[in-house]
Amino acid sequence: MPNPFISGTFADRHIGTDDAAQASMLAAVGYDSLESLVDAAVPPAIHQTPIVNSTIPAPASEREALAELRALAGANKIRRSMIGLGYYDTITPAVIKRNVLENPSWYTAYTPYQPEISQGRLEALLNFQTMVADLAGMTTTNASMLDEGTAAVEGMLLARRAARVESPVFIVDADTFPQTKALLANRAEALGIELVEIDLATLGANPELPECFGALIQYPGATGRVWDSSEVIAAVKAHGGLAVVAADLLALTILKSPGELGADVAVGTTQRFGVPMGFGGPHAGYMSVRKGLERQLPGRLVGVSQDAAGDPAYRLSLQAREQHIRREKATSNICTAQVLLAVMASMYAVYHGPQGLKRIAQRIHHDTAKFAARLTAAGYTVENETFFDTLSVTKKGQAQAIAAKALESDILLYVVDADTVRLSFDEVSTQPYGGMLAAQENDLAEAFGLESGYTTPLDDSSIPEALNRTSEYLTHPVFNTHRSETSMMRYLKYLADKDYALDRGMIPLGSCTMKLNAATEMEAVSWPEFAGIHPFAPAEDVSGYLVMISHLESWLTEVTGYDTASLQPNAGSQGELAGLLAIRGYHRANGNPERTICLIPSSAHGTNAASAMLAGMRVVVVACDDLGNVDLDDLRAKIAEHASEIAALMITYPSTHGVYEHEVREITQAVHDAGGQVYVDGANLNALLGYARFGDFGGDVSHLNLHKTFCIPHGGGGPGVGPVVAKAHLAKFLPGHPMAQSQHHPAFDMQTGAAGPYVHAGGAVSAAPYGSPSILPITWAYVRMMGSAGLKAATGAAVLSANYIAVRLREHFPVLYAGDNGLVAHECILDLRPLKEATGIDNNDVAKRLIDYGFHAPTMSFPVSGTLMVEPTESEDLAELDRFIDAMIAIKEEADAVAAGTWPADDNPLINAPHTAHSVIAGDWDHSYSREQAVYPLSSLVSGKYWPPVRRVDNAYGDRNLVCSCPPIEAFAH
Amino acid sequence: MAEKSELQYTAEHEWVLVDGNVATVGITDFAAGKLGDIVFVDLPKVGATVAEGKIVGEIESTKSVGELFAPVAGTVVESNDAVADSPELVNSDPFGEGWLVKIEFTELPSMLSLDEYTALTGE
Repeated sequence: MPNPFISGTFADRHIGTDDAAQASMLAAVGYDSLESLVDAAVPPAIHQTPIVNSTIPAPASEREALAELRALAGANKIRRSMIGLGYYDTITPAVIKRNVLENPSWYTAYTPYQPEISQGRLEALLNFQTMVADLAGMTTTNASMLDEGTAAVEGMLLARRAARVESPVFIVDADTFPQTKALLANRAEALGIELVEIDLATLGANPELPECFGALIQYPGATGRVWDSSEVIAAVKAHGGLAVVAADLLALTILKSPGELGADVAVGTTQRFGVPMGFGGPHAGYMSVRKGLERQLPGRLVGVSQDAAGDPAYRLSLQAREQHIRREKATSNICTAQVLLAVMASMYAVYHGPQGLKRIAQRIHHDTAKFAARLTAAGYTVENETFFDTLSVTKKGQAQAIAAKALESDILLYVVDADTVRLSFDEVSTQPYGGMLAAQENDLAEAFGLESGYTTPLDDSSIPEALNRTSEYLTHPVFNTHRSETSMMRYLKYLADKDYALDRGMIPLGSCTMKLNAATEMEAVSWPEFAGIHPFAPAEDVSGYLVMISHLESWLTEVTGYDTASLQPNAGSQGELAGLLAIRGYHRANGNPERTICLIPSSAHGTNAASAMLAGMRVVVVACDDLGNVDLDDLRAKIAEHASEIAALMITYPSTHGVYEHEVREITQAVHDAGGQVYVDGANLNALLGYARFGDFGGDVSHLNLHKTFCIPHGGGGPGVGPVVAKAHLAKFLPGHPMAQSQHHPAFDMQTGAAGPYVHAGGAVSAAPYGSPSILPITWAYVRMMGSAGLKAATGAAVLSANYIAVRLREHFPVLYAGDNGLVAHECILDLRPLKEATGIDNNDVAKRLIDYGFHAPTMSFPVSGTLMVEPTESEDLAELDRFIDAMIAIKEEADAVAAGTWPADDNPLINAPHTAHSVIAGDWDHSYSREQAVYPLSSLVSGKYWPPVRRVDNAYGDRNLVCSCPPIEAFAH
Repeated sequence: MAEKSELQYTAEHEWVLVDGNVATVGITDFAAGKLGDIVFVDLPKVGATVAEGKIVGEIESTKSVGELFAPVAGTVVESNDAVADSPELVNSDPFGEGWLVKIEFTELPSMLSLDEYTALTGE
């Protein structure tokens, strides 16, 4: 039945199945309409009532949405930011912008858990790790952190894990960025860590330090100061603590590295390596450690292993450290990272090479030194005698006046106090052949009242002699080859060709919602009015952003049944943490600090448990029944046992098993009756949107994943946005930020235009007040173009596709778990354990064989070991769904042939999968099956096949022989 | 390699070979098989005092992490350096070269026989 609300609109482009396809799929599933199917699947008790006075307007066309985005962009004011504080303007090489940031081969890929089809971005990430480790003078780098502030927090937590010191004290250098201090304070408080702030640079020789498990030093300091911290670092280590240095990577091209100063850990951001400021993000943070601390690294780590043919191949290493396996014992809760941005930053280094980067740094430093000399000559005091790119300038009572004068010329300075302004120079303020841009220099001179054209000789003592960098970096050929744009373009294409992303076919990963990232949605991300804004720009410069964020806050609270939203968390894991910290704050404010137990069902994603630990909670596991639902009896028993200590229950809805749990209202009621709060994990919101709302069935707070339900691309493993949405009673405990442009949420009420009613006064969880705003136009455009009816239609189509696959494959593979009327939600779990029992072929063999058939494997062994979880999303059309079903059936037949003895158990197309072109061409073919069977098992593959670049990757080899930087070229000689 | 029938076992899938007042400890083939390819072991240092039933180390595979519990209270007198360098020994020879630690004890708790342990794993 045609849907009169959506036909002819963007929703028709977004949803892959048209009316005719849906009709035939519904017939296969046994329903006569989408509405009747979803009504039968979603328990009646939670169906939402129609929303009156919706804040979501009727759907706009793609052209209309872009016009509205242009208007919002026009309300932002681009000025020359010299604010600094970890965010600097930078020139994104156009070849990187077009071929990475705006290229679906890069931005629609998933996290590289299937290494055979991810070699391109794994190589790019290995370049990233090598780049950071080289510059920081460290051994091993991860890929990547969410921003500098959270990287500093992770550095603190690493120090606490690794230091053999009982002290709860962590020292923070007074000259640290204010937002980093705010994050450290918020996170330390929940974990019982005592922060002690000391102006470390002033301690002099043989510094005396209190006992501590670690210290953070900003290098160069927030004031711009460049000082030799090696004695302080030695003093920290003498106590058994670990020294963490937050370092500016560009400065490290001319400054001695943290490693050479003796640091154990280096953290920071790679933003100024060609990634736009974007009003705060997304950018890739980094963490790099000295030898011996590799296993303490949080997050994802790319390593070199080998494939079945013995050739080098990349993969994610040491995954057993991560939260999806170690749960509450994980090194961190971080999962989604910032892969797309890490790739951009690494390619900036590949393109410029060590000499190019150094030249950029030298020019910036030269301009800074020159301007410092002019200021000094004119009677100003430059507080920091040493500097790389930042000057703290004092003149009694004049700071506001100077900044106001600069603002008249559209230059933003940072006002520290009544007497001090700070300014940071960057790549954009320099000319390509050296010297500051004349217009900017003149405007700046005017702001400070300097005589025009006056220059003084350079004083080169601004970098202490001992801190001049003498060690080499970026010596690997990859950083010394691609100087021409032709070469760079081809390298990016060469890497992209190795990978499987949504531009090749379906990525049916359960719990990941790999839906369309529409071109129109992506359009505005790189517009300068969104990309070129500093996160601490004045409120009057960012009203376009604040209006857009207000819309999103209103829309997201409406569709989830909550009252207020914060877009600050940079990933789902951070949203979880923010939500749990809000619950913690609420209990403490109510005089119940003893409420620290977080109930988590055994079926939950491991991140839940890891986040709970970081929020200072203790995890108590609640059993699940045979159907994967929360065991109500066990829940009641656990509640009775812990009664007054219950802080929260974390529950995923629909469950991680892809089932709409019937008893969810009883579950949430039981927790509320015990005085606990209910956290509903929004990972599976794509099965619910438009049909039921978390807030209506008992949720107090949730996080959403805009990179799942709301179309932000996965970027090969980030960026993500994990907004936290909550009921009013938790509003004041949601994340605030010391530099937020508005204290109110929403900043502008959609109806009245006045400031919204909620103030978020909790601690910050991200370095920037609004997290990663430059990718919010994606979600804004999606909701704007879908409208409420379109969002609901997408849910229906997603649920239909999952049930269609379940019905079609059920006779070949058992489908685990189903809810009402035998229906699944938006994903289904195929049980491959019987297949293994009967044929010896396991889910890993099937996953790798799917590559030969041209597919990305579904989610493996989550939430149940030995299974595949399939989530097709609403964006795939019927032909693609059938292609997947046909592939799965054909693979089942192949496994049966192994069981029947047609092919030996140790030589068949499944256990040898995937097959590279080389493997079927080179040498003699001595296998029990044909070359055609190996690579063209279906005739449709002949005309368009994805060829994996490597054979099956050996996981154990890579973990036993850890190598996390670029291998020498010779390693690839055949 | 010791005869399986001469060993004692724990419910944590560890085996113990008693020789005088020293217990040699490893994990069973069942445990090694469940963990899969072992890539890293973290063992207690020689001289460390360990308490019965407490976690004293970790055995990490490509897909999960198992914990090593001290089956007896006492002092660690030897850690298997060969396993630290080549963790795959735990997979290839769990009852022999893949042993993990030797603990000097004063009192031996009651443990499982091979039959009792086999009944536990159902294999």
